[in-house]
Amino acid sequence: MTLREHAEDVHEQFSDHLEIDVGDVEDRLSTLVDEYKVPVEEARRSVTSHYLDEADMDRDALGSGGDNAELGLGEIETDEQWLDVTAKVVDLWDPRSDAVGQVGLLGDPTGTVKFTKWAKSDLPELEAGEVYRLGNVVTDEYEGRYSVKLNRTTTVENLDDDIEVGDDTSEVGGALVDIQNGSGLIKRCPEEDCTRVLQNGRCQEHGEVEGEFDLRIKGVLDDGNDAHEVIFDKEATEDLTDMSLEEAKDMAMDALDTTVVADEMAEDVLGRYYRVEGPVFGRYVLVDEMEELDGPIDSEDVLIKARSI
Amino acid sequence: MSDAPTREVARRAFASEFNDAGYTFKESDDERAPNYALFPTGERANRVFVVGTVTEKEDVGEDSEYWRGRVVDPTGTFFMYAGQYQPDAASVLRDLEPPEYVAVVGKPRTYETDDGSINVSVRPESISIVDAATRDRWVVETAERTLDRVERFRSDDEGDDAGSVYEYVGMAREQYDLPVENYRRDVVTALESLDEGSEGTDDASVEAE
Repeated sequence: MTLREHAEDVHEQFSDHLEIDVGDVEDRLSTLVDEYKVPVEEARRSVTSHYLDEADMDRDALGSGGDNAELGLGEIETDEQWLDVTAKVVDLWDPRSDAVGQVGLLGDPTGTVKFTKWAKSDLPELEAGEVYRLGNVVTDEYEGRYSVKLNRTTTVENLDDDIEVGDDTSEVGGALVDIQNGSGLIKRCPEEDCTRVLQNGRCQEHGEVEGEFDLRIKGVLDDGNDAHEVIFDKEATEDLTDMSLEEAKDMAMDALDTTVVADEMAEDVLGRYYRVEGPVFGRYVLVDEMEELDGPIDSEDVLIKARSI
Repeated sequence: MSDAPTREVARRAFASEFNDAGYTFKESDDERAPNYALFPTGERANRVFVVGTVTEKEDVGEDSEYWRGRVVDPTGTFFMYAGQYQPDAASVLRDLEPPEYVAVVGKPRTYETDDGSINVSVRPESISIVDAATRDRWVVETAERTLDRVERFRSDDEGDDAGSVYEYVGMAREQYDLPVENYRRDVVTALESLDEGSEGTDDASVEAE
């Protein structure tokens, strides 16, 4: 929001009470923000107070223009904050409780955030890929991760619009419970801008090609509540398995079979606990950082809880 | 891509609760619809993740290999069966020498015995050999998940008459007559066993390696 827009908001709020000039409001805001380096929200509060004094009004009597903060999804860092957001439904998941009508992922240029729509909210069904203007949603925090909840007071407006969804890093942890097909030593199509994984030496797009070797693991980290699909690229796979691309190629050469690589990797990593971090791409987390959770674990807090409930 | 079926979460339960989960159901009439076992604390499980100690293994197959493994946690024993359709899991069971810590991902299966009681077992998708730290982490994690379910089960007790807030809590009340208090006690037992185990054995295990 520009200062001009803030000024227009303030002007709008007082329009029934005072004859004020938008330019005057903007000047006052500009003095505080540009000269005195006051944060814009604080400046706006101060300017509003000035006009309240002038009109001899209470703050409560003011209209609700610009009541809710308008924040990017990736910028949410307060629990129980009421927001208006414009977002695209990136993904819909299966609700795990009858109390939840819909659950999934919302995205905007600043990032993505999980949303929950209560079954009782009586709101229209959101569709994947559509962009909505959602008025009056409330933020929620769980173990440091934020989500937004759509409730009975939320307004839903389907916009005929598409917006870009920004990269967002996500941190997930759990036991590595599966290594999926297409993991281990793979071959990719060498054509320009085509990195498709070959199947039986063929690229879906370019047919039979001389593939280039690469390492990858498509795995599932499961914490007992959610199953997160994660992709380890070559560097992350080498880091995870302590096996380099060269070693993997040698191993496959000796066995005359590339599948031995994934089997060997599985033996070392399946059933262990990891925490990974990286950008979210569709339903996958692309692993940038990882940590094996192999240290001792503190059971004291859980034991206290177990004894007290 | 959004049409792809969501992967089933691997639920955590101690052996004492898992072996009580004799009621199974499907969510639809579709022949290929997934099967769920119902935990007595009120959760459905199409898949489980178990970490424990293999104490015994035996090939109980007649015509072809069929491996049975006993995997022990602080509250009881999980039974695993792996045959020709679980070649990876079967070969791990064949090759390992008990006792050994293993992590098992698998599907709950039930069968009725001659005397009419229901036995619950695991059909492994994968078995891997792990260490004591992974086992301990599983015990704490499983304790947390079980306590969450016990709390949800109990809060539902005080709930409104509109029926259960969570479908599977209602189902568990209907299908079982098993006090969830028992599972809370098993959680305490399991966690206390970690405390005892950690005293002095740290050094011993380091030396043993």
